[in-house]
Amino acid sequence: MTAGTVVAAPRPRVRGGGFGSLLRAEWTKFRSVRGWVIAMVVLVIVTAGFLLIGSDQCSVGNSACTVPLGPGGEAVDDSYYLVRQPLDGNGSLTVRVTSLTGQIQAGPSPAHVRVGTQGTNLRAGVAPWAKAGIILEPDTAQGTAYAAMMVTGAHGVRMQYDYTGDIAGLPGQVSAAFPRWLRLVRSGDVITGYDSADGTHWARVGTVTLPGLPATVQAGMFAASPSYWQTAGQSGTGGPTLATGAFDRVGLTGDWPSAAWAGADIGADAMSPQLPGGFRQDAGTLQVTGSGDIVPDIPGNGGGNGVNISVALLGTFVGLIVAVVVGAMLITAEYRRGLIRTTLAATPRRGQVLLAKVVVTGLVTFCTGLVAATAALAVGERSLRRGGSFIDPVSTLTEVRLVAGTAALLAVAAVLALALGAVARRSAAAVTIAIMVIVAPWMLSTLLAQGAARWLLSVTPAAGFAIQQAYPRYLQTSIDYTTDRAYGPLVPWAGFAVLCAWTLAALTLAFFLLRRRDA
Amino acid sequence: MRGPVRAGVVPAGVAPAGVAPAGVAPAGVAPAGVVPAVLRAEWTKARTLAGTAWLLLGVVAATAGVSVFTVESASCHDGLGCPGDPAKLSLTGVQFGQAVVAVLAVLAVGGEYSTGMIRVTLAAVPRRAAVLAAKAAVVTVLVLAAGAVAVLGCVLAGRLVLPGHGLTQAHGYELVWLGRGPVLRAAAGSVLYLGLVALLSVGIAAMVRDPAVAIGAVLGLLYLFPILAGVVTDPTWDRHLQQIAPMSAGLDIQATTGLRSLPLSPWAGLGVLAAWAAGALVAGGLVLRLHDA
Repeated sequence: MTAGTVVAAPRPRVRGGGFGSLLRAEWTKFRSVRGWVIAMVVLVIVTAGFLLIGSDQCSVGNSACTVPLGPGGEAVDDSYYLVRQPLDGNGSLTVRVTSLTGQIQAGPSPAHVRVGTQGTNLRAGVAPWAKAGIILEPDTAQGTAYAAMMVTGAHGVRMQYDYTGDIAGLPGQVSAAFPRWLRLVRSGDVITGYDSADGTHWARVGTVTLPGLPATVQAGMFAASPSYWQTAGQSGTGGPTLATGAFDRVGLTGDWPSAAWAGADIGADAMSPQLPGGFRQDAGTLQVTGSGDIVPDIPGNGGGNGVNISVALLGTFVGLIVAVVVGAMLITAEYRRGLIRTTLAATPRRGQVLLAKVVVTGLVTFCTGLVAATAALAVGERSLRRGGSFIDPVSTLTEVRLVAGTAALLAVAAVLALALGAVARRSAAAVTIAIMVIVAPWMLSTLLAQGAARWLLSVTPAAGFAIQQAYPRYLQTSIDYTTDRAYGPLVPWAGFAVLCAWTLAALTLAFFLLRRRDA
Repeated sequence: MRGPVRAGVVPAGVAPAGVAPAGVAPAGVAPAGVVPAVLRAEWTKARTLAGTAWLLLGVVAATAGVSVFTVESASCHDGLGCPGDPAKLSLTGVQFGQAVVAVLAVLAVGGEYSTGMIRVTLAAVPRRAAVLAAKAAVVTVLVLAAGAVAVLGCVLAGRLVLPGHGLTQAHGYELVWLGRGPVLRAAAGSVLYLGLVALLSVGIAAMVRDPAVAIGAVLGLLYLFPILAGVVTDPTWDRHLQQIAPMSAGLDIQATTGLRSLPLSPWAGLGVLAAWAAGALVAGGLVLRLHDA
């Protein structure tokens, strides 16, 4: 009989003391501490309100602060020197490229170099993505669709189209001894690019469809050379560059009504550090010199005119500190007040206590972070646009990822602080460690040489900020993706996974210590 | 990290003995004797806490360690990627050592609130401003001592490592050594910088009392201004931010080249940090005076 009562008694207790009620207990602790609730409101306010104090140099209506959009809706750089004539209907253009030479500006920081003010500092050199070749496009407006075959400084022959497309052709550098033959063939909406080393053996590089291509298109030779910018530590060298392509054996098929080449700089403006180009024609050869680039625009440091949308999420750094403080206190406050003994007496299964705290911390911070990030994007975009800035557009899916990713970043950071708090049992240590491992590497990375910075941002929890990268990386641009805060060395989910791995490691340690130690 | 539990217990047992003379002195001896007694009490607390020595060691390790890492990664070949200011580069670790300084200083005040020790302290020494002043003095002296060792480590790292990485006199770089006036100023100023960060942290901890909130506030105040300055493209705004930010302005003391382009002169920059520290201490003192402990 007594055995029966002993067995019967724990049953309702176990049911009542399941994980659900543990969650409810932790939630009650959280919501009933006024300071923590206030902290969550503060988190939203500081994350969203951070940008309001910023300002921008673009004034409303300044055309230099707008960026052309490509056919895919993405912001693009589109400036080069074009030597063209119209082509009616189907036809083809064939050239031989015998050399690609160039000039690189060597000198102090080219922060805002104006067209025409330089030229004294140029030395010979070809930028890796300097390009010269043939192009076919419906018109010469910036951001128009195109297909092009080109030789490049260090990446061989490429077929590029519509800014984002890039197909490799023959490798190796072009020279008089190793010329490159390029051909574009138009058939309706379809453009096919070929290359050849000798003019007789041709290989198809790629076929591209440009929907809605008009009957008359502009076709010809172009040259472009992107700004050259090498950073290391706090200093950098670079500036605009020039590329000159030498063309001969120009072969035209189809209907080319004008029979004469016309040259023009496309897309030079005051904000682009572009040098003036030109062309020279004699006895069947053409020399085309140009500066600029035809690529997707990389906002921010890279020299693009647009603003990175993730600038609006800069307040995450502030919100993160609030999240970390609250996350650590959720457990250290219990040690401080001795409540942990009550908690562990009520629920002897300590792993479940920790898990319940993780769930409550993570969920509360995630939900608060969703509100904060949504508000930050809305407020930030508005205030940037009011300042006259042009925000490089992103897809809705990317915006959703930015918001959810920021919320997840805050949540995981709070859980990391919670785990550290369980390990250290002391809030100051937990908060400091969490802040230093997540925020400090970003500061240190600006002071370090590139290799060290890259390493630091790949292995520390700071890598988690990669989730806020808004724009894809394009390999055909000369931008350094590693130390720019807009990118970092890892792609978004990989960087976030690094933060999660650290958090999991800290949680495991906390779990074992909580089980082994006296409370 | 076994500290937290014992931290409360040990001083609670020891301090009353150390503080007792302070409670007695004002009655028996001249009031002037109070200040040294309070100082002695705070010194005893700081000395007997297990965490203090570790944190001081942490200040040295974090500061010198990060500096070694930074100068090791520096390179200057073909005139590319050369750092502008080798002395400032060598002292990079101060930006990270200050976080440990902040922990040490915050715990000196906030730790007493965590354990309830503050009630004993204030019962023993009712002159609350004297308590805060004594705490500030003890913490600052400890931090200055650790800071001097740490900064010496940074300078040594710069002196020994940088010439091997291409930052030689042939490339137009002076050696990072204390014999040069600007380097001496940068090094001594960095030690003072750490001391001022300690004072700022003591003041903020007295204001908000909770160690976690205090450390969050101090690190936020120090680190967020530079991050904010990174996105402000307007040069005027950017300059103003760098002039008022405690960390950016305070670290102007480390500059040895390009002094003309600094937002503030080196000593004026350190003065801005001193103003922040003084403001925090006054506010902390007021809170301590006006509120229940």
